[in-house]
Amino acid sequence: MQNQSITQRLANPTWFMSFSARVLPWLSAAAGLTIAYALATGFMTPPDYQQGHSVKIMFLHVPSAWLAMMAYGLVAVSSFGLLVFRHPLADVSAKAAAPIGAVFTLLALVTGSLWGKPTWGTYWQWDARMTSVLILFFLYLGLIALRSSLEDEALASKLTAVLALVGVVILPVIKYSVEWWNTLHQPAGVMKGGVDPVFLRPLLISAIGFTLLFFALHMKAMRNEILRRRVKARQMVEVDTAARRERAGVAGASVS
Amino acid sequence: MSPLDFGPHTPFIVASYAIGALVLAALTGWLIWDGRRQAALLAALEARRSQTSSK
Repeated sequence: MQNQSITQRLANPTWFMSFSARVLPWLSAAAGLTIAYALATGFMTPPDYQQGHSVKIMFLHVPSAWLAMMAYGLVAVSSFGLLVFRHPLADVSAKAAAPIGAVFTLLALVTGSLWGKPTWGTYWQWDARMTSVLILFFLYLGLIALRSSLEDEALASKLTAVLALVGVVILPVIKYSVEWWNTLHQPAGVMKGGVDPVFLRPLLISAIGFTLLFFALHMKAMRNEILRRRVKARQMVEVDTAARRERAGVAGASVS
Repeated sequence: MSPLDFGPHTPFIVASYAIGALVLAALTGWLIWDGRRQAALLAALEARRSQTSSK
């Protein structure tokens, strides 16, 4: 155990359960405090000269949109880890990340829509950015539906992983949609100095807070999935033992 | 003036954060509930196994 690398140790579900049990409360507390601080400072910012107070939706919308994409990246990397390296926790990670990514994508769509109405005068338009994020949401739903529609878990994991890797093409489309097409959605401005420091500071703190929350939720979902697999393995052993006993009983009866 | 009074944008801001809080609380609650359910199932199976092996 001493000579194992961090990736080797992380590949061990028992080690992961013990590690995550220690880390999860601290991660959750850090996420809660960071988000609370970010939103408290964000709500005290002055109104934007163009958007007025509606700019405050940015502190929830932008982190949700970032995490929607990051979560899909994690699903794709985990799927690659499953298909290529057969990492024991890769499938657990991919399965756990998909519903959380779907939730953040839904939040990005809903908050974007609620920000769009006072800013653009409409809740929705079929422009490239909004439509590509909607496709990402359906892709998440597709991954969840495909996995739950197959009885054979090993096959479900592999097929879901392949779909996740094919679907990764949506990430550059979302990222560059505002540059490739003429969209109602404004171009990315956070990393290009397009956001005033008054708003940028709470925005970055909010992004850190929501990222910590994402990892806390992902860790918890992975723990649940490991427990679910242990339950299933025990149930299989029970069924197997009961069948063997029944066979032995039948054989004993036929001999006597 | 209420701290949540942002003029004509108030309903949009309040709706965004209310939906965000509700959705994230529901996800967190579901994960906690699911974790407890799996742990209880596993504990019940372990207890049954130790009972069977002691017989």
